[in-house]
Amino acid sequence: MSGLAVLLVFVALVVLAGLIVVGIYNALVSKRIRANEAWSQIDVQLKRRYDLIPNLVETVKGYAAHERQTLEGVIQARNAAIAVPAGNIAQQAQAENVLTGALRQIFALSEAYPNLKANDNFRQLQEELASTENRIAFARQYYNDSVGTFNTACQVFPSNIMANMFNFKVMDFFKTEEAAERQAPQVKF
Amino acid sequence: MPDFRSLIAHNKRNSYVLIVVFLLVFLGLGLLIGNVWGGGDMTFTILVAAIAGVVAFVMTLASYYGGSSAVLAMSGAKPIQKADDPQLFNVIEELSIAAGLPMPAIYVIDDSAPNAFATGRDPKHSYVAITTGLREKLNRDELQGVMAHELSHVRNYDILFATLMAVMVGVLVMLCDIFLRSMWWGAGSRRRRDRDEGGGSGGLQVVLLIVALALAIIAPILAHIIQMAMSRQREYLADASSVELTRNPAGLASALAKIAADPDVLEVASRATAHLYIVHPIKKFEERSGSIFDTHPPIQERVNRLMSMTR
Repeated sequence: MSGLAVLLVFVALVVLAGLIVVGIYNALVSKRIRANEAWSQIDVQLKRRYDLIPNLVETVKGYAAHERQTLEGVIQARNAAIAVPAGNIAQQAQAENVLTGALRQIFALSEAYPNLKANDNFRQLQEELASTENRIAFARQYYNDSVGTFNTACQVFPSNIMANMFNFKVMDFFKTEEAAERQAPQVKF
Repeated sequence: MPDFRSLIAHNKRNSYVLIVVFLLVFLGLGLLIGNVWGGGDMTFTILVAAIAGVVAFVMTLASYYGGSSAVLAMSGAKPIQKADDPQLFNVIEELSIAAGLPMPAIYVIDDSAPNAFATGRDPKHSYVAITTGLREKLNRDELQGVMAHELSHVRNYDILFATLMAVMVGVLVMLCDIFLRSMWWGAGSRRRRDRDEGGGSGGLQVVLLIVALALAIIAPILAHIIQMAMSRQREYLADASSVELTRNPAGLASALAKIAADPDVLEVASRATAHLYIVHPIKKFEERSGSIFDTHPPIQERVNRLMSMTR
């Protein structure tokens, strides 16, 4: 009788341990999925910015054609950012920062052209691009948050044991120049 | 941002504890009242508690599925498309990215009083509404702060908590009310006579009756106070979460200041929907703010807390 009780307790403990292991494993997987989804959201928003730029350049050309240097700078920065091979996070972050800087120059330039500034199309593009800057910054913020949560889970006890066992690797943060990040949402009108 | 995180976690824990305590009190009261009615009869006691539980459950289900559309209809909110207001849509889309939430449906209330609210049972079925008055008064940063506050209500499941609380308080009040009336009209007297014939724990029954009467009077008042305290705390939490998303406390702070400075009263709001809005829609509540029966903390206090977040 007491032998049976010991056996039952033992079985219960094994089942409990199994459930805990499964729980930790699933939590790790869902955290990694969330971080990866957050990364693809950044991609979506970067693509949105690439798509808006040719329109912007065309509109600005109509009012400020001789600002060729600034316009070409933006196009070059855009093409350079598109050309970065997928997966190279550090290089992509750098190229995107250059593009952000070039775009800021265009909007600064519009201050000198009242007609351009008053143009409906331009204002619309300005709102869309300002919004896209915010989206990129927010997507990056969310990605970094998700990566932070995942990395913590990979390193704290007891989930670090599972992370090692099933080969979960800590992920890279999307680093950016602090100053550029703070300035981005300040496009006002 | 460790301060936001711990604040949010702390508030969430409080809410869970509150709900559990509330359920226990509710069941305890049900058992006590059942006992007094039934004159100590065990089966009858459990029956009364069970009926109270079922009523609460059905009401919760009804408000869970039908609540948001009722609230939107009561406030006269109309859905809008992106073409109607691209900037508003952009701001909300940006914030859904920041919060990792699906895009909510956007509604506009045609009213000059500045206010906004969120509703919906979970992030996948969520709605934010803003009055035309508020939309016109705010710049992009302020709009972002207000919308981040609303999305935080969605993300923190505040709407669900508020609904649950409202239903539990409502059923509790109803239960106490029915009990007090039944005592007044002496509905329990026949059963009490039955019990006397059976003999036994007469003294205990009298004590239970007095306790039940006292609780039936105090419980609804206490429940209201707790409900309002939770609502106020969730407003602070949504303010803090808003800043966690935007990293810009000044936007929401200046929006709140603008709303506070406006004398208009939102006509479509009522006592039933007041707790949903970003500030209390009935201004006289704002004037005597700080009361324990208030759904919202005083605006000045909220602005102060926001400004303490700017380093």
